[in-house]
Amino acid sequence: MNSPVLAFCRSLFRRKLVLVATLVLLIAFVLAVFAPWLSPFDPGAMRVVRRLRPPGEVNWFGTDELGRDIFSRVVWGARASLGIGFSVVVISITLGAALGLVAGYFKRLDGPIMRLVDALMSLPDILLAIFLVAVLGASAGNVVLALSIVYTPRVVRVIRASTLVVREMPFVESARSIGASTARILSIHLLPNIASPVLVQATFIFAYAVLAETGLSFLGAGVPPEVPTWGTMIASGQQFADDAFWLVAFPGLAIVFVALSLQIVGDGLRDMLDPRLRKAL
Amino acid sequence: MLAHLGRRFAGLLLVLFIVAALVFFLTRLAPGDPAALMLGDQATAEDIAKLRTAYGLDKPLVVQFVLWLKEVASGNLGHSIFLQRPVTQALLERAEPTFFLALFSLAIATAIGVPAGIASAVWRGRPIDQAVSGLAMLAANIPSFWLGLIFIQLFAVKLGWFPVAGYGSPEAGLAERLQHLLLPSAVLGVVNSALITRFTRASMLDILSADFLRTARAKGLSERRVLLEHAFRNILVPVITVLGLTLALLIGGAIVTETVFGLPGIGNLVVSAVLRRDYPVIQGALLAVAAIYVLINLLIDLIYTLVDPRVRY
Repeated sequence: MNSPVLAFCRSLFRRKLVLVATLVLLIAFVLAVFAPWLSPFDPGAMRVVRRLRPPGEVNWFGTDELGRDIFSRVVWGARASLGIGFSVVVISITLGAALGLVAGYFKRLDGPIMRLVDALMSLPDILLAIFLVAVLGASAGNVVLALSIVYTPRVVRVIRASTLVVREMPFVESARSIGASTARILSIHLLPNIASPVLVQATFIFAYAVLAETGLSFLGAGVPPEVPTWGTMIASGQQFADDAFWLVAFPGLAIVFVALSLQIVGDGLRDMLDPRLRKAL
Repeated sequence: MLAHLGRRFAGLLLVLFIVAALVFFLTRLAPGDPAALMLGDQATAEDIAKLRTAYGLDKPLVVQFVLWLKEVASGNLGHSIFLQRPVTQALLERAEPTFFLALFSLAIATAIGVPAGIASAVWRGRPIDQAVSGLAMLAANIPSFWLGLIFIQLFAVKLGWFPVAGYGSPEAGLAERLQHLLLPSAVLGVVNSALITRFTRASMLDILSADFLRTARAKGLSERRVLLEHAFRNILVPVITVLGLTLALLIGGAIVTETVFGLPGIGNLVVSAVLRRDYPVIQGALLAVAAIYVLINLLIDLIYTLVDPRVRY
């Protein structure tokens, strides 16, 4: 194992809370990836005789209005919700890093890119997202696309700001003076130096995306209701909330645990990578 | 100052123009003919053609965009077939619950966030700081609709303190209508207090080590006066920034919360417009919300000059 990575982890996990949050995320990812093997029941199997059972020995989290096992659905929901969140992170970070580097490095493109970013950021996240899903059509892929468009501007702003600082550094000038091409300067000299804010943003966007996906599904403007995500489970469970609160309690707790853990890990990373912020937040 | 205002205003118009263009052209990308959508399944080809001409949908896209912009500039956001009324009218009819919801939530979020942030900075590292920071973190990561469902179960269904949902009967007085807003405002307020708490704490920590506070203490002022008069006044600028930011976030939060509580506000209007693809309403609402957002940001800038004489444009 190479030692910088080990040292990095050791100092990151010095804070117990960050370690706990990482473990929660690890469990969630294992559940998501191995859902078919780890869920005790088929998430779609209806058994009307066992409908609306409270949490118990057979159905750990109870059953829903169609007698489906809620624990199995929460496990499968992790697959959908985390899958969507992860895809959003990959797309928005890639797109945002590219646009942010270009905006920060080429003064002529800075204006147009940043005005577009301003315009996109003048709409509330969830409003822009439901508009885009309405235009694109409701499907898991389009939810990913819509949320990626929503969160890319944030990445662009962060990357551009870092690029503006790094591009003025002497090592960039010396790279240019020995004849390095622009592509080489951007990819070899600038990108590694802005990697830490990217990493921090990635965890935050993951948390936002998981929360936003559930919000969209709840509003009925997201993933089709037959796909079990934490949001669709809460949306379809809310009409039974008066008598069977476990229908909305467990998927909600899953969202809170995952979003909170992502935020804690993100904060931990930021504190470690940016010592200037350590005292403030 | 005036020159600065002029520049800011021009920038604001540019951003709104880009929003208008994005909204207009993206809407046209959507599958389905808007005229056919408006008329429903029963429409004949002839009806659709007639409506297309009436709404100018047969003209080239760019021409349609220019015509639409002209209308928007004169305050006409279009007409909703579904609602049988102009979009501007529909938005104004729904503005009241959203306005009060945002206002109450901001008040609640401020009442929680500012004192909590100050306390947590003053007693930094103590149990109160850890409790406040932990709760703020938790609040920021609870989906508002889920917290709404919990609050409804607890305070409306079980305890019966608040109405479960809705905005009262149409002839209900303002007091009754406002009563319906308390629970949704509490939800939005709690969720949005997190950002205010963290910001207040961070700004307060910055200022606590300032020399002028040492001077204030040295001349024998009580700790209370040092904190409330000397320190607090100096964190007003960042706090106002975060309040403005929160107000802008509340517009988005209101969309989801209004749906949970069945409030007939702008958020509810937008969600139902999206679900039935009522494009004039979607376009109008998006543009209106963006306009409110950029205006709030401009206002924050202007307030700076009032609270901090060092800020000059």
